[in-house]
Amino acid sequence: MTDTVLEIKNLEASYGSVQALRGVSLSIQEGTIATILGANGAGKTTILKCISGIVDPRKGSIHYLGRAIGGKRADLIVRMGIAHVPEGRQVFPLLSVRENLWLGAYTRTSRVEALEDLEAVYRYFPILKDREKQEAGKLSGGQQQMLAIGRAMMARPSVLLMDEPSLGLSPKLTEEIFTIIRRINRDWGTTILLVEQNASIALQTASHGYVLESGRIVMEGPCEKLFQDEGVQEFYLGQKEETGVERRRWKKTRKWA
Amino acid sequence: MLNEFLQLILSGIAIGCVYGLVALGFVLIYKATEVVNFAQGELMMFGAFIALTMGGLQFMPFWLSVVLAVLAMALIGGAVERAVIRPVLGQPIFSIVMITIGLGFFARGLASLIPGWGTLTHRLPTPYADQTVAFGELVLSAGHLMIILVTIVLCVLLFAFFRYTRMGVAMQAISQNQLAAHYMGIPVARVNTLIWCISAAVAAIAGILLAPITFVHANMGLIGLKAFPAAVIGGFGSIPGAIVGGLIIGIVEALSGRYLPDGIKDVSAYVVLLAVLIIRPNGLFGEKLTKKV
Repeated sequence: MTDTVLEIKNLEASYGSVQALRGVSLSIQEGTIATILGANGAGKTTILKCISGIVDPRKGSIHYLGRAIGGKRADLIVRMGIAHVPEGRQVFPLLSVRENLWLGAYTRTSRVEALEDLEAVYRYFPILKDREKQEAGKLSGGQQQMLAIGRAMMARPSVLLMDEPSLGLSPKLTEEIFTIIRRINRDWGTTILLVEQNASIALQTASHGYVLESGRIVMEGPCEKLFQDEGVQEFYLGQKEETGVERRRWKKTRKWA
Repeated sequence: MLNEFLQLILSGIAIGCVYGLVALGFVLIYKATEVVNFAQGELMMFGAFIALTMGGLQFMPFWLSVVLAVLAMALIGGAVERAVIRPVLGQPIFSIVMITIGLGFFARGLASLIPGWGTLTHRLPTPYADQTVAFGELVLSAGHLMIILVTIVLCVLLFAFFRYTRMGVAMQAISQNQLAAHYMGIPVARVNTLIWCISAAVAAIAGILLAPITFVHANMGLIGLKAFPAAVIGGFGSIPGAIVGGLIIGIVEALSGRYLPDGIKDVSAYVVLLAVLIIRPNGLFGEKLTKKV
């Protein structure tokens, strides 16, 4: 049996008067990859930002390994073992690749262990070692994404939050990045919460999925089941049924709406 | 003739170093927090006054009173950030800048109320006062030489700090991408307080260096009005730029005071500022990189 590492209950958050989350509950099992699917503006990023302490939740609770972390300071949450790969990579453009990676280890106390992990990160992403001394801002988008992931790995997190790792990458690079995400999960046992617009690859990578719409979870389940689901197929995988013209309506309502 | 010219350059460099140090304070705070602290000159004034008071206690040697004054200013800088600036972070930048301007007025008023400080001009006794050092035919006052030496040492120290220490690199990280710095687990608010400490300490050093030349008085912080263009010339965001900007203004002032008609000296800093901004709108060392929020 696996244990719940991250438990979110009735989470609500808003930006000013705009409510981004309207009562989201999810629970992530240790050592698994979970994914949150949803359109732009559904509130996916806000969930991750609430977990990592960037956005304060208005209501609801977030428990990490049984401890309440909702509204705690971001740096304390990193220290507890939750690292975040932010949307749009957010590398430090004028610092070298190596300095960026070291900053990922900012909360670590053992330099020796951090050095070992640096070598490990270089094994996952050999290109980063080649570019070690280069300014991060001069890397290509794919390399910056690798740097952002490597930087988060440097904290040796037990939970890794990933926000749109495929954003702006070619299909081939996306495939490459997701292979590595699976490897990190397998080799390090890191629990990963993945937010993605590319539903197809997210469902292939994760074991459990949630569908978020306008700040609410409208569906959840094992990824194989979500993959089969008609609504998910139509709205997130962009597939249409091939048969039964008479069944198609011009304006199809979603089952869950 | 040539000697006089070189002499002017040297004293220009010395004063320019002080401008540079105050400008450095502007830049440090601006880079990390995007706040322009217009009370930087007043921090400098306070540093000089504290050194004066401590020196007046007689029982401690000059150097100790200087070190204590700098440490005291570091604490005051941190306290100001914590008490005045942090509560208003997130408000429009303009409001925060107005607050720092108000802080400057407040500090000037406060200084004139404190017994022993007042509105009079004081002389900070230094062991090296009235001494001179001769380089061949050039004669440099020990006060000027001290400014130049201390500035060089301070720049080297700051460079090493930002380049090689964990905290220094974290400060660079905050200035480049504050959000990502949060994600790295850097306690951004605390580091920003520390930046105010460093900035106030640098200002105090500048004040103590300047004291033997301009004396100590409640309005000595107005030198910030010269240091500000120095920071802008340097690109406002570049630490070497701040020092170079200070040097340029110091030298131009010294030369224009001697060779140009009366009054030009006081506006020369701004003339240089305009000229640089017309040629290089980002300043001499300006980063073209735009900051992402």
